[in-house]
Amino acid sequence: MSSAVKTPLLQVRNLRVEFPTRRGVLTAVDDLSFDIHEGEVLGVVGESGAGKSMTGTAVIGLLEPPGRIAGGEVLLRGRRIDNLPYEELRRIRGKEIGMIFQDPLTSLNPLYTVGRQLVETIRTHSDLSEGRAKARAVELLAEVGIPAPERRVNQYPHQFSGGMRQRVVIALALCANPRLVIADEPTTALDVSIQAQIISLLKRLCSEHGAAVMLITHDMGVIAETADRVAVMYAGRLAEIGPVKDVVKHARHPYTHGLMGSIPIVGQDLDRLTQIDGSMPRLSEIPPGCPFHPRCPRVFEPCDQERPDPIPVENSEVACWLYDDKRSGGGGHG
Amino acid sequence: MFAFLVRRLLQSIVVMLVVGLVAFSLFNFVGDPIHNMVGQEATTEQREELREQLGLNDPFPLQFARFVANAAQGEFGISYRMARPVDVVIAERLPATLELAFVSAFFALFLGVSAGVYAALNRYGWTSRLVMTISLIGVSLPTFLIGILLIWIFAVQLQWLPSFGRGDVVQVGAWRTGFLTESGLRALILPAITLGLFQLTLIMRLVRAEMLEVLRTDYIKFARARGLSNRAINFGHALKNTLVPVITITGLQLGSIIAFAIITETVFQWPGVGLLFIIAIQFVDIPVMAAYLMLIALFFVVINLIVDLLYYAVDPRLRVEAGSARAH
Ligand SMILES: Nc1ncnc2c1ncn2[C@@H]1O[C@H](COP(=O)(O)OP(=O)(O)OP(=O)(O)O)[C@@H](O)[C@H]1O
Ligand code: SF4
Ligand SMILES: [Mg+2]
Repeated sequence: MSSAVKTPLLQVRNLRVEFPTRRGVLTAVDDLSFDIHEGEVLGVVGESGAGKSMTGTAVIGLLEPPGRIAGGEVLLRGRRIDNLPYEELRRIRGKEIGMIFQDPLTSLNPLYTVGRQLVETIRTHSDLSEGRAKARAVELLAEVGIPAPERRVNQYPHQFSGGMRQRVVIALALCANPRLVIADEPTTALDVSIQAQIISLLKRLCSEHGAAVMLITHDMGVIAETADRVAVMYAGRLAEIGPVKDVVKHARHPYTHGLMGSIPIVGQDLDRLTQIDGSMPRLSEIPPGCPFHPRCPRVFEPCDQERPDPIPVENSEVACWLYDDKRSGGGGHG
Repeated sequence: MFAFLVRRLLQSIVVMLVVGLVAFSLFNFVGDPIHNMVGQEATTEQREELREQLGLNDPFPLQFARFVANAAQGEFGISYRMARPVDVVIAERLPATLELAFVSAFFALFLGVSAGVYAALNRYGWTSRLVMTISLIGVSLPTFLIGILLIWIFAVQLQWLPSFGRGDVVQVGAWRTGFLTESGLRALILPAITLGLFQLTLIMRLVRAEMLEVLRTDYIKFARARGLSNRAINFGHALKNTLVPVITITGLQLGSIIAFAIITETVFQWPGVGLLFIIAIQFVDIPVMAAYLMLIALFFVVINLIVDLLYYAVDPRLRVEAGSARAH
């Protein structure tokens, strides 16, 4: 694989996201590292509150105060972007990194036509004339599968159905040809019957535009069908990351194992697949050592004392003491 | 759109009729109009004759219908106190009130929206906290107190501005304006601030709250994620959405500026219709009081209609509902 030698498109190194609150500082993302390569689809899964959205928003630099990046770094094509001044980061948003949010119904400004919103975004990142940008907007609408785009371009968001609006949102996210698109549960708010269409559209368009995707989802079926690699998050930390086949079929981390207990189908919610007793701890109550240890079926002596760092296992990385030969004598590989 | 307008117009007419009924009742329930018109020495026959002449013995609905018909033409009879037609007296004094209200409204709207936007965009800055605190004073101090305070500071102590009256006025056709002379403009400043301050703070707090709400929405987050400039986001996307709900309240506030002018005009001896009304109350000058009530109601109704139309112009969701109903 050539991606192994090339600089990854996105490198997240020991990322830490904190929220100062009245009752102390909460750590929503803790010591998280992962890479995304050019053109790759990285699925990000984990229970609600695992820190998936926080990670995505931190990468694109849109954490809402008082939330902040308290440590680590984010590199885009080897260049650090987490400490850039606001204006420089703004120019990266949309042009280098795009983001799609969960709810297409509320993602568009209700007072402007979709055409105006597209033209504005296109012209922010290029020096196309108004007319050329409008033509480009029509092209984009056609590309995302909106019928009669010449007419639709002059319509307001409320004149589109939910699925059509999410297509408009995708067109908006892609209109400046970003290298990376962060899609945060892009279909959760949609009707089940159109979720698959939207996901395959997103995947097809991104691969045509050569954009990598960070696909945050609860839907293991979507991951199995769409992602090249998967990152599993638990309590703000990385549990396991690896090629989709390995993670889905041969989960190594006991938590992933629990998640994959049944064969996933598109449209099924991850929370209903969870076969592990208990629930993820609240941010204020993350236990010491391995955060999963109170629920882990294979817990042993280092687990409640020391925190496991991700350990390379074949093509994956797993944050579990079972894979540290010195600790477990290789017992985890079975 | 057309049906909407018609419905609104009908509602307005109902409102005007109800206010008309109240104004009309003044004639019958507050004192005896005959008593107010004739002298002490008039005989009972004379009084009865006049009563018959004025139609005061007719049935109530007929009298009311006559009142409405006259009011619709701006006829409110003769002022008891001044013995002049009410419509003429009001027409003379209306420019003073309208000019004062216009300047106050402009001042309140312009500064209120700017300060509100500023306070929302710099939520954590100390200047916006300061502005918010000061605005609390503006909301809680009664208007007459603000007026007296301003007079004391700027007219009595500093002697920069006049404390009462309208200054020199110039007659332009039927309109007597204070805008064209220096003393007229100087005389406007204190009353306009007094009258507008409450609305200013109210509008500012409202705009700030709405704007903060809008800045939290998904479409603003998505606009940021697309790398739009702060300027485009704050003023192109957020402000316009803020104004949709703000328009209604602001419209009503502007209506009440004209109504509240009573107090300001009294404090500053401003020769407008508000002062006229206060004097009319003192003399139980019913025709003037009735005419004033109808006039204020008319202002409210007209402003409400304009607000509805503005709503239509700003929010495509309302517009297209009607459009698509036609198209499909
Ligand atoms: N403003 C905030 N202040 C404090 N904590 C917050 C704030 N916003 C989010 N959090 C916490 O940060 C943690 C991570 O949230 P995040 O939204 O990233 O979870 P998620 O994995 O995306 O979950 P979901 O699947 O529900 O979207 C959660 O525990 C949440 O309670
Ligand atoms: S480190 Fe220990 S507790 Fe954590 S997942 Fe591995 S075995 Fe379970
Ligand atoms: Mg989330």
